[in-house]
Amino acid sequence: MIALVDYGAGNLASVRKALAAIGAQVWTPSVPGELGRAHGIIVPGVGHFDATRALTDEWRAAIQGAAVPLLGICVGLQWLFEGSEEAPDVPGLGLFPGRCALLSASRPQDLKTSGPFKVPHVGWNSLSMPRPSRLMAGVTEGAQVYFTHSYAAPLCDDTVATCDYGGVFTAAAERGRVSAVQFHPEKSGDVGLRILANWATLVRRSSERQPGAEADAL
Amino acid sequence: MLSKRIIACLDVRDGTVVKGVNFEGLRDAGDPAALARRYNTEGIDEIVILDVTATAEARQARAHTIQAVAAEIFLPLAVGGGIRSEEDAAAAIEAGADKVSLNTAALERPELITTLAKRYGSQAVIVAIDAKAFRVFARSGQAGTTRTAVEWAREATDRGAGEILLTSIDRDGTKTGFDCELTAAVSDAVNIPVIASGGAGTFAHFADVFTTGHADAALAASIFHFKEQSVAGLKTYLSERNVPVRI
Repeated sequence: MIALVDYGAGNLASVRKALAAIGAQVWTPSVPGELGRAHGIIVPGVGHFDATRALTDEWRAAIQGAAVPLLGICVGLQWLFEGSEEAPDVPGLGLFPGRCALLSASRPQDLKTSGPFKVPHVGWNSLSMPRPSRLMAGVTEGAQVYFTHSYAAPLCDDTVATCDYGGVFTAAAERGRVSAVQFHPEKSGDVGLRILANWATLVRRSSERQPGAEADAL
Repeated sequence: MLSKRIIACLDVRDGTVVKGVNFEGLRDAGDPAALARRYNTEGIDEIVILDVTATAEARQARAHTIQAVAAEIFLPLAVGGGIRSEEDAAAAIEAGADKVSLNTAALERPELITTLAKRYGSQAVIVAIDAKAFRVFARSGQAGTTRTAVEWAREATDRGAGEILLTSIDRDGTKTGFDCELTAAVSDAVNIPVIASGGAGTFAHFADVFTTGHADAALAASIFHFKEQSVAGLKTYLSERNVPVRI
């Protein structure tokens, strides 16, 4: 079972639907303690980084302490970095290094009303993969996925997919059990479903390796 | 490179696609879910449901249509028509819409844009502008206002809109081409994406609105129903003319 963490940041219907399409079972835990029985954890998110404030210390500890695969989506990716300019006083989990910043396209000196870089960055953009990863396995260079965001994470050693929109940013990251995507795989057609299926495979392998994880965590 | 989006619009009344559609050869004629499935296969980038159901049960009927279409696609889904309040928007989003499109309600109560942007994020809020000779009209083009399209687009952006859906009333349904002058004026005035609508008739019209019209996306309803003008064919055409699209 995959825990889809609902902290009130928008609608989870499309994430649920996409996970159902790849045969994954999902539930929404109501208290952090329930994460102990998760085989995988997804932190979704649309909208404002400030919404992650709802992830209290108890949630942070439970998410960080779980030994199972973790996937951040959109603001969920940003939250796995150290923080964001969008809400400077709200700390991220810091599992990936660096802080998220407004897309460079929208720095005042770059603002051109007729220019090509509008913010938010909305639409289908192409991915580049600097190195192989489990998350992006089978996704070809130049494959397009759906983005909608104004802030983005910097490149780091854990970056496994990049996107260029007035500057290159981390489109996907992976380190150990932690994965994250800035785009919306649940709205990215077959490419997105492939990425979610890759992650679900990690969840399945992890639960097979650690059949006692559930009992241990409880 | 960010692709120019091709968006299919489903005009729905009482659960059936109604506007400007050549149903010939479609087994499930008029069924929004069947059309969505076909568009998805053909490579559409996004779908907009424009629900004009005018009954007391409109919200429930709309939710049913949204659920049926959302079940068919893993693409962004926007819903407009009859989104009059925060409750209407919440019901549409709850049913599976990623974005809601506000038109008359935003003109009457501009603060609704901000309310929804705060609750769901700007990316979930489209402000639809129906314009005739650069002037904004409300109530499906029936009621003139004192606003110009450019001023209203700027204000909507400031209030938290994430995208503008700009329809030329003059061109709508004529298949004579998008209003590139209007689209460029609005697109250049705001720093959020502008979706051009009204007038699509040929592949060349799309190329025009993406180049001289500075549109970020283009929406059409009936054109895609003709077999010789498939979404895939349009994208190939645009790609050959160096317009970035998702293929």
